[in-house]
Order: sequence, then C-alpha cells, then structure tokens
Amino acid sequence: MFLDLFYGLREEGVPVAIQEWQMLMSVLERGMHDCNLLSFYNLAKACLVKSETYFDAFDRVFARVFHGVEGELNPSDELMEWLNDPKNFEGLSEEQRRMLEELDADELMRRFLETLAEQDERHDGGGRWVGTGGHSPFGHGGEHPTGIRVGGHSRNRSAMKVAEDRRFESYRTDVTLDTRNLRVAIRRLRHLTRQGPEDELDIDETLDSTCKNAGEIELVFRPERRNNMRLLLFMDVGGTMEPYYEPVSRLLTALHEERGLRAFEAYYFHNCIYERVGASADLYLKDAVPTGDLLRRFDDRWKVMIVGDAAMHPAELMSARGNINPRHESDTRGVDWLWRIREHFQRAVWLNPDPPKDWEYTRTTRVIKSIFPMFPLSLDGIQDAVTTLIGSRPSAPSILRH
Amino acid sequence: MSDRSDFYRFVGTKGYIVSRPLVEAVNCAVALQRPLLIKGEPGTGKTLLAHHVAEGLGLPMESWHIKSTSKAAEGLYVYDTLQRLNDARFGEGDVQDIRGYIKLGPLGRVFAAEQRHVLLIDEVDKADLEFPNDILRELDEMRFTIMETGDEVVARERPVVIITSNNEKELPDAFLRRCVFHFIDFPEPPLMRQIVDVHHPNLDSTLLDQALIKFYWLRGQNELRKKPSTSELIDWIATLLRSGISQEQLEAHIPFLGSLLKNEQDTAALQGHEQQGGTVPKSWSDLGPRYNQ
Repeated sequence: MFLDLFYGLREEGVPVAIQEWQMLMSVLERGMHDCNLLSFYNLAKACLVKSETYFDAFDRVFARVFHGVEGELNPSDELMEWLNDPKNFEGLSEEQRRMLEELDADELMRRFLETLAEQDERHDGGGRWVGTGGHSPFGHGGEHPTGIRVGGHSRNRSAMKVAEDRRFESYRTDVTLDTRNLRVAIRRLRHLTRQGPEDELDIDETLDSTCKNAGEIELVFRPERRNNMRLLLFMDVGGTMEPYYEPVSRLLTALHEERGLRAFEAYYFHNCIYERVGASADLYLKDAVPTGDLLRRFDDRWKVMIVGDAAMHPAELMSARGNINPRHESDTRGVDWLWRIREHFQRAVWLNPDPPKDWEYTRTTRVIKSIFPMFPLSLDGIQDAVTTLIGSRPSAPSILRH
Repeated sequence: MSDRSDFYRFVGTKGYIVSRPLVEAVNCAVALQRPLLIKGEPGTGKTLLAHHVAEGLGLPMESWHIKSTSKAAEGLYVYDTLQRLNDARFGEGDVQDIRGYIKLGPLGRVFAAEQRHVLLIDEVDKADLEFPNDILRELDEMRFTIMETGDEVVARERPVVIITSNNEKELPDAFLRRCVFHFIDFPEPPLMRQIVDVHHPNLDSTLLDQALIKFYWLRGQNELRKKPSTSELIDWIATLLRSGISQEQLEAHIPFLGSLLKNEQDTAALQGHEQQGGTVPKSWSDLGPRYNQ
C-alpha cells in the first residue's frame, strides 16, 4: 500500500526518488507521524513532494491509495491477541527487543497502517501501543487497544479530507495558462537567457586573479549578460484561437519588455501560414509581410514559436489555393510553407492550446505535428518547448505519415 | 533512536502562529537534519519563520540574504586578496598569514560555531541558476575546505537550515531532493484570526470580522494584479485602529485602500467598481459558500 503511494506518485509524474522515500522512512522510524494519518499525510508531503505544483497530484494519489483507510482497516486478529495478552508487555528478552527494533520496512508499514486504523483521530497522549519503527512496541501498560478510539474529538481535519479537498489544484502546471500561471511562465522562459560568448571583462575576477598573481595582470572574461536569444513568434489569431490570443501575447510582450530576449518579432496568421503573414493581430492587408521576406531577414539563429490550434479544414493545409481567405489565393500549399519554415529555422516548436489527447483526432494536427515538435500551451508544455528550443541539437523532423 | 518528544521540539512561538503541517515539516527537517525549503506567496511569513524557529528552539541565528549577484562561495568564505595586496605594499598586517585574510561567510560561520545555529538562506531563487547546486555538497556534508590554506571547516553541530524561495526560478532537482519542503498556504480565516490576534491583541471582534470580510473579498477578486497578503492586512488593521474609524464606515466601504493595494491599476479598478454602484460585502455569507461559517 505504501509502495502504491510511491509508484502512484511516479506514475502521476511527480519526481520522487529513493532518496526521498528513505527520508520518509526514517521519519516514520522515528515515530514522527504520531500514529496519525493526518500527520503522516503532512510528513509524506513534506518529504516526497518538492513543489506546490505537484500537491494536487499528491492529493489525488494519496486519496486513491489511502481511500477508506481511516477507521475501516481492522488490525489483524493475531496482533490483537498479542496485544491483549498482558504477558507480552513485559519481560521481552533483549533479543526479542532487538528483533522488534529491526522490523523491516514492510512490517513497519503494516504496523503503521494498523495503528492508523485504530488511532486516526487521536493526536497525543497515552497508548502508543504499537511502536512503529524501532520504538519499543509495548506501550503504556493497561490501555486496551480498542478503547483508544473512545473519546477525543478531532481538532484537525482528517488527512483524507485534506487530500480529497484538492486545494492545490490551481497550482497544477499541466492546465492551460491562466493569469496566475502566466507570471511563473515568464520566469520559466527567462531560463533561456544566460548564454553567449565570453566577451565581457569581469572586473572583480580580473582584480582577484591579478592580486593572486602577485600583480601580474590577468584578464578574466565572462559571458555577456544580455542574452542571445532571438524569438520569432507566429500566432494563429483566427476564430477558435480567440480566447488564447490575449494571454499569449501578454506573455510574450512582457518577455520582450523585460529584455529577456535579444530580439523578438511577432507575426500573425489565420489557421495556416501562407505566402503572407500579418504584422498586426488584426491581419490588415496593408500590414501583411511576405513570408519569404521573413525567411531572408531572419537567419537560423532565430528560434520559432508557432502558437495555433492546428485544426483546420484539410484543404487549407494540403491543397494549393487552400487559404481560408479567397483573396489570398496562391499556388503554394500551406503545408509547404510550414516545411520551409521548419527547414529554414533549425529550432521551431508548435504550441497547441488544444489538449494533447485531441491531437490525434484531427488530421491537420497530425500532419503539423509531424513537421514541428508540438507541445500543449501550458506551463509544462512551454517549459518543454523552451527546452527543445535551446537544446543542444535540433530534433530531426519526423517523417510525414499518411 | 531519538525519542518522540525530542522530535516535537518546535511548536510555534507567541509571536508566530503556525499551522500544523508547517510544525510537522519544521520538526521533520530538524530531526532529519535536512534543509527545510519554504515557499509561499510573498507576505506569508517565510522569513519570519526562521527567526521564530530560532527563538522556539532557543538557538542563535545567522541569516544569509541572497541577491542576484550572490555567489555560493561567498557564503563559505571570502579571500580578501585586495586587502592582502594592499597590506603587502604598505607593509601593514601580517601578510604571511593567509588565514588573516580569509573571512568566513554566513555558512562558514555557522559551521565553525561552537553552538548549533539556525541558518536562514533567504530568497535562494534570487541568485544565479547554478547557485543551489554550488552549495549542495556543503549543505549535505556540512563541511568545506578553504582552498588557499587547505583548512577544513567541519560543522560541529549540524545547523538547522531554513531556505526560502519566492518561486522566481526553478530550483534544481538534486537540490530539492535533499530538502524537506513546505508550501505556506494562504491562511484560512480562523487561522488568520489567530495571526491578527498576535499582532493586535484585544481587537474588537466586529471590527476584525469586518476587516477580514473585506480582506478576503479583495483577495477573491481575480482582476487584482497583486493580492493583499497577511502582512498588508496587519498593517491595514493598524491603520484602521489608529484612525479610529467607525464600524459603519468600515462596513460600507474599504478605507485606506493604499495599505492593501500596492498597484495603481488595482486601486483604479476598485474605485471603478464602487463608482459603478458595486458594493462591498458586509457579512461572511456575502462571500460565498467557502467562507460560510
């Protein structure tokens, strides 16, 4: 059951490792959970989960694994018998005592659970009758184990209730950006910064080295603080994309204003990129820029981020003269333009506001996904996209599947 | 095996109300001798926690406030080469003794101290991305070597390390693995009453109720760019008390908005709300089911 928690967390994508698990075990060994599920919940959370973004996942797993533990699990008859027999409470030999102290983890957990079953509402005071993890298992004499449940109201909410409440849902990162997440996302993108050649004189270090060198001047250089990132954004602003325009453009404008990027350009399109893209979000004809010009102006140091739902009529992508706007007809297919962009700029990603589970059901999404690495428009997705953009090697485009 | 009573050492202090999960996280970190990483909204008392843990455990405290220019090595020690060079040129001081030019940083001082300390590493996310990785080994093993002299500084008593973060940067996994983590959730009204009580004892309960209703209502407004936090509430109540404002005035609208909202747009938005005939709630039931008591 305890391992269910561990693997359950891992399945949910919470990065839990053995080290953290051992940490929790050693906490339990010391009896810190106080034979109480809520304490156990708090401690497990403190030891296993290292970011509030995973609290919700933790709550879900905890609720699933320990559902019904509180007050329902009956201690085994054997243990009850043993506990009921007062002879067991005294005169344990040194050897037995040691044995009890060396309970292995499974046994430890089993006992812990059994304790919980009895004692889920009590916080302190007598009757530590089952030691967990090396404590002497014969607790205060005379207290009948089944009597413990009587008396004492719960002053705290139960762990199950806390877990089932899922108050940390809003901290999840795999949901689409809302205003709160936006700010954190901007900071994530700032990870892109600190890169570049070592071409700035580091005065402090130079002084230090010179002094260490007994006055021989030694120059020390460091990377320029202004970063080298150039980002080219293409944004779908048509119909279905309407709700996403606001958060994304705010995000990227903020990014630009923060001088997080060396250069930043944004262009807009409707459904698919053709021979012209809009320089403003309202796609006025007079502002349109030939896509070919962009390919000439921007070299492959630019990283490309395309935001769009990739869902359109297949003809808009796959056939010549497929442009949704009949005045913009041309002979080059949308998909070819996308390929050109992909090939010209080594690093390009596609951010899709639709949930990933829907991607396979839309034909055009499948095609575009084979051209660009596609990520959901969420904190996690943006983070992955950023990693792809600054990664050491551009990922090879996968082969088109039909 | 340490006794359980040994484990429950920190229970909060008179000046600082803690929630139970926080107490357990603190004690867990103390017992395991692991750093405690505290995150949470600004103004929820992250830094204050360290002071009160020190007070509660009766240990001296050392703080290390991290800035964007902070380097991990500064926390251990600084070798003042410039001073030494200067001394060498002008024949002052004992230039032969490098140790005289080694100045221990906060981490170094805590390690070298005779007594167990509480060490606060404040706003660790302000520093460079690599910063947490650079102090990883030192925090793990509680020892480091002074390169220039070869001396090793070993912690006699492993300090209680409390690290706060404002979530400005992601911390590396290896660093997180070694920490006990706690996220200070925003206090619910009952806990908030206790907190206010610590700062403003014997507050009139109607006034407190009204203040809290307005405060939680404000926090519930999604349009706000910066939500008021606990520390702002406490300041605001202090202002209310000093101005001697009447119950009726507080009931109808929110006076001294400046101590709660720190952003022009937010203030403007609220004024707009009132001018358009919007009302502010007068009782807990106006705030919706979550606050119904």
